[in-house]
Amino acid sequence: MRDKRMTADEVVACLSDGMTVGIGGWGSRRKPMALVRAILRSKLKDLTVVSYGGPDVGLLCASGQVRKVVFGFVSLDTIAYDPWFKHARENARIEVRELDEGMLQCGLRAAAHRLPFLPIRAGLGSDVLRLDPTLRTVRSPYDDGEDLVAMPALRLDAALVHLNRADRHGNAQYLGPDPYFDDLFCLAAERRYVSCEQIVDTAELTATAPVQTLLLNRMMVDGVVETPRGAHFTSCAPDYGRDEAFQRSYARSAADPALWAEFTNRYLSGDEAAYQAEVGVPA
Amino acid sequence: MRADICAVACADLFRGDGEILASPMGTMPTLGARLARLTFAPDLLISDGEALLFADTPALGTPGQVEGWLPYRAVFDVLAWGRRHVVMGANQLDRFGNQNISCIGDHAQPQRQLLGVRGAPGNTVNHRTSYWVPKHSPRVFVDQVDMVSGVGYDKAAGPFHDLHRIVTDLAVLDFDTPTRAMRLVSVHPGVTVAEVEAATGFALSVEDAVETRTPTPEELTLLHTLDPNNLREREVPSREPAVRAATHR
Repeated sequence: MRDKRMTADEVVACLSDGMTVGIGGWGSRRKPMALVRAILRSKLKDLTVVSYGGPDVGLLCASGQVRKVVFGFVSLDTIAYDPWFKHARENARIEVRELDEGMLQCGLRAAAHRLPFLPIRAGLGSDVLRLDPTLRTVRSPYDDGEDLVAMPALRLDAALVHLNRADRHGNAQYLGPDPYFDDLFCLAAERRYVSCEQIVDTAELTATAPVQTLLLNRMMVDGVVETPRGAHFTSCAPDYGRDEAFQRSYARSAADPALWAEFTNRYLSGDEAAYQAEVGVPA
Repeated sequence: MRADICAVACADLFRGDGEILASPMGTMPTLGARLARLTFAPDLLISDGEALLFADTPALGTPGQVEGWLPYRAVFDVLAWGRRHVVMGANQLDRFGNQNISCIGDHAQPQRQLLGVRGAPGNTVNHRTSYWVPKHSPRVFVDQVDMVSGVGYDKAAGPFHDLHRIVTDLAVLDFDTPTRAMRLVSVHPGVTVAEVEAATGFALSVEDAVETRTPTPEELTLLHTLDPNNLREREVPSREPAVRAATHR
């Protein structure tokens, strides 16, 4: 079995301009922020980001590296709106494909199943279809004759997710209450990278947690990055909660160019170790 | 207290729902769902708003006894299955119940970016949907929404489309009219029909409007237990609401 350990920068070196990148987690929860920060340090540009969006989307909007966002929402949970996504939208800096949350799941599932589309009711009658003329409906071939949305596959060039623990081969485990859609993001993607709080021996994964917590198996994963506190400032239950004070400072800083320069200089100008040292995580 | 009236009106949304998932968004609908379960709707399933279903009915913000696991992926299955009643918020609502939580202004370059459509398109074509509006004003009740997120009655959105009611700080509304245009069901005690009309950006059918019921003594006791910190009063302060309509006109 292959050893798939990599650094966050090595993951980003596997990505290229214009790629469609799926980012796991949900809102401001279990986002692969260390991988996002590695993208922020890179020259990558013109990305299409597919996400149940939180500060991952916001920071990539702030850095100008995202060209298009495919989303059902972008929120910081305890703060309703991400300031940088809001700014990018209100200044027409990015393209968007706005979808119902279930449509997003459906599109990822279609990609995972190697289908061109899957039928779903969500979206019918809403402006989601009006604003994206590439979306089509399909008529049931059975007696009901119902018209449904033909949700096209959302194929990803790469998926980035963050879990609690993994082994060096890519078997990975979540220990919080919700898997979100991280497995689906991996199944829909050509290249799949998981960052985790801790890399442990395979036997240890099931020594202290039930086998049902193993969300990803190694055939779904191309690279594993050990990056403690790698979801900061989003939550990574049960290892840590959201850093609410930091999140407030992120949102506040975005409102003022001088404050934002200070924020980026302090937190985003160095490497991940410098970031973690700056946010005051005990070594 | 106006907030108690609103909480009870939110509870009444779930009357007769049986053993389905109540998905209330925000403080007042959550309080309503829990009150409903402790009184006339004991079979309702309620959650922590995240991945857990509660066997008991805890006060707002306190943990409950877990009876089930319902992560987001399973919520999408339940909503497609139809055994769910969601109470969503709305930045805008029109006379046919089209709801907007996406953005204000042109979608290509909004004046104000909001959350995004979230699950509203899927909710409104799959199962019963109600809305809670804490500040009834012409800014929310508009002639036309800027982005149809939740689907209204004029869109003919399939066999499971079921907009139930809207509860606001002033009134209860529904769509029980021949054209499925919005109708005033009741005004809260102390509110006049004219006030509601002034706070609504389109004409309402008001002929059958009655007064919203007041909480029973048992309900008041339960509300106190479920919301000991009085979060409901923070959402709907006991104040004279008539001024608001004028300022937004």
